[in-house]
Amino acid sequence: MAKSKEIVIRPPAGEIEFNIKEVWEYKDLLYELVMKNFRLVYKQTVLGPIWLIFNPIITSVVFTFVFGNFAGLETDGLPHFLFYMSGNTLWNFFANCINTNANTFRANAGVYGKVYFPRLTIPISHVISGFINFMMQFVSLMVFFFVYKFTGTELHIAPRMLLLPVIMLHTILLCLAVGLVLSCLTYKYRDFVFIINLGMQLWMYLTPVVYSMSNTGGWMHKVLLLNPMTPVIHNFRYALLGRGGLMIGSWAISIVVTSALLFIGIVAFNRSARNFVDTV
Amino acid sequence: MEQNKTTMEKKPIIEIKGLKKRYRLGVINNKTLKADWQSFWAKKMGKPDPNVKIGQERLQGQTLMALNGVDLNIYPGEAVGIIGVNGAGKSTMLKLISRVTAPTEGEIVLRGKITSMLEVGTGFNPELTGRENIYMNGTILGMTRAEVDEKMDQIIAFSEVKDFIDTPVKRYSSGMYVKLAFSVAAHLDSDIMIMDEVLAVGDVNFQKKCLSRMSDASTTEGRTILYVSHNMSTIRQICTRCIVMKDGKVIYDGDVEEAIRIYSEETFKFELKRTFPMLKLDEYPPYQALTLTSSEILDRDNLIFDADETLKVRLGFRVFKPVENMECMISVRYAGINLVGTYVSKPLTFKEAPEGQEVYVDMELDLSNLVPGKYFTEVTLGTNNVGRMFTHDFWPKVFGFEISENKRRNDYSWDIGRWSYNILPVKSQKNYMEEE
Repeated sequence: MAKSKEIVIRPPAGEIEFNIKEVWEYKDLLYELVMKNFRLVYKQTVLGPIWLIFNPIITSVVFTFVFGNFAGLETDGLPHFLFYMSGNTLWNFFANCINTNANTFRANAGVYGKVYFPRLTIPISHVISGFINFMMQFVSLMVFFFVYKFTGTELHIAPRMLLLPVIMLHTILLCLAVGLVLSCLTYKYRDFVFIINLGMQLWMYLTPVVYSMSNTGGWMHKVLLLNPMTPVIHNFRYALLGRGGLMIGSWAISIVVTSALLFIGIVAFNRSARNFVDTV
Repeated sequence: MEQNKTTMEKKPIIEIKGLKKRYRLGVINNKTLKADWQSFWAKKMGKPDPNVKIGQERLQGQTLMALNGVDLNIYPGEAVGIIGVNGAGKSTMLKLISRVTAPTEGEIVLRGKITSMLEVGTGFNPELTGRENIYMNGTILGMTRAEVDEKMDQIIAFSEVKDFIDTPVKRYSSGMYVKLAFSVAAHLDSDIMIMDEVLAVGDVNFQKKCLSRMSDASTTEGRTILYVSHNMSTIRQICTRCIVMKDGKVIYDGDVEEAIRIYSEETFKFELKRTFPMLKLDEYPPYQALTLTSSEILDRDNLIFDADETLKVRLGFRVFKPVENMECMISVRYAGINLVGTYVSKPLTFKEAPEGQEVYVDMELDLSNLVPGKYFTEVTLGTNNVGRMFTHDFWPKVFGFEISENKRRNDYSWDIGRWSYNILPVKSQKNYMEEE
């Protein structure tokens, strides 16, 4: 018979609930959810995950023409395409996760309303599947990296690349945090669904995705440094392509902001989860 | 050691203390910021809230105690049925125990692994195959993948959909879908199983299979079962103890038959004469030709009949339009729950009646086919509309009556579980011995 432990159910008394351990106990559910996310996207497609790799390539080609050739934005001396694709893949991962997770409650009201399991598993599963998608795109990015390297562009494999996993982890935590905070807003007010869609587009332009930080100056530069995503994209590009220098101060601030948001996000999410069934 | 064991066994597996759940009625929030801001501003300026619908003002700010102080101990291995009219708080209690929503007051202590089937097939995704959905559903209910693997063959065998297990469930018939879903839930390795009318599914054979599976789970596997249903025969079959709920409280806790009796008593309150509320003439939908206004049991001072008596009833109607070939159907429910059969009137025709005229129909109903017990009736008024019934009016619980223990069979009691609610008439019978 299953292991039994005592569970006490009481009215919520405003205590801070941080049930990461419980999520770990449901790791098999997490696995199933991640698998489901994949199956659902690629069922009944011919090319399957190839679409995933096409996507950032096409966008980056468009960016190369629009921002590189027409607008003539400076890309730190890097090939336009590689510059845009590196920013683009990481940003898309970030933005897609937030857009999906912001809708967690509304999209899963049916399941949440009928059975108990740690509610956090669903947003975490979206981040994991988002990250796996990102890794596939990252591999294709590396292919382009070597294509450029062997066709004469000055690119090096260097120890700075060891920063890449750290930066990716940072992105994972930040998009989870923001997604959780936003999901608590959308379940009460549907306005936020529209605001978030719009906000994510604006946020992209406040992040050095299509331009380089060296293009900016004065107060604008300072404002951009407050954006926790700025050092992430910037440092990602630096770690991969070796241009632009490492942002340290701004990154440190971003890490603090990320930790705070993650804490707030998890607590607020768990709190909303306890009562949303009655209000949705 | 011995003593230790008995005290261990006496510890309830579910302990509920002073449990309350409050729901707010009316508009909780308006779903958009603009509407909430309007409501807030109107309240501040002392104006009526623009987002409250007319007629809903009464509900604003009112609360409903869906559960109003429930104390309950459930011990390991018990199969407990929960019955009560709609809105008595049964489902709310199950929701709280399964941790889907939080209580307002009180406490629940659970000493075992719980699986709840508030709905069959939670988390099923139409795009996934049967097998993928088994994994999904199993893990969502708290199993590990290894545990699902272990039970996979059993689940597939029980579900009767072996040949389609690798087909997306969107191609399943609704019956197959439900069979698969129930199979997953029925094979979970849990101490406590919570079910909310999940057995109202599948074909008759599968329902029987589910029921015996549930009985096995409690009798041979020693699991604890909490089962909500309006179907008294399944309660009889599965449960060893039964709770009757009313207005958010437990009003009876104990023997199953006694609980069912109390429940039907609770729902059985009928008078000889009854009138039905009427709308203003112009408020009736234009297609409605007549409406039921009153019912009266004639020539009686009580509602207890012998099976060989006839029940005389007078139904009053108000006519809006000329009525032709209308049928009045009186459906009979045993204990207000199980449908037994329907009396169908001879066609009613009131061609000359002016609009708003009261008309009456007297009928004599033959009670000889009904088994002893309490009955409710519901009335449907309909006309034949190109082969389908066009309903003009419908009333649930119009009148009730009781059939007393039948004198012809007073040496044994009627077993509904075995012989049902109807005594089918034998038209003729000859008893004889074979002659050499």
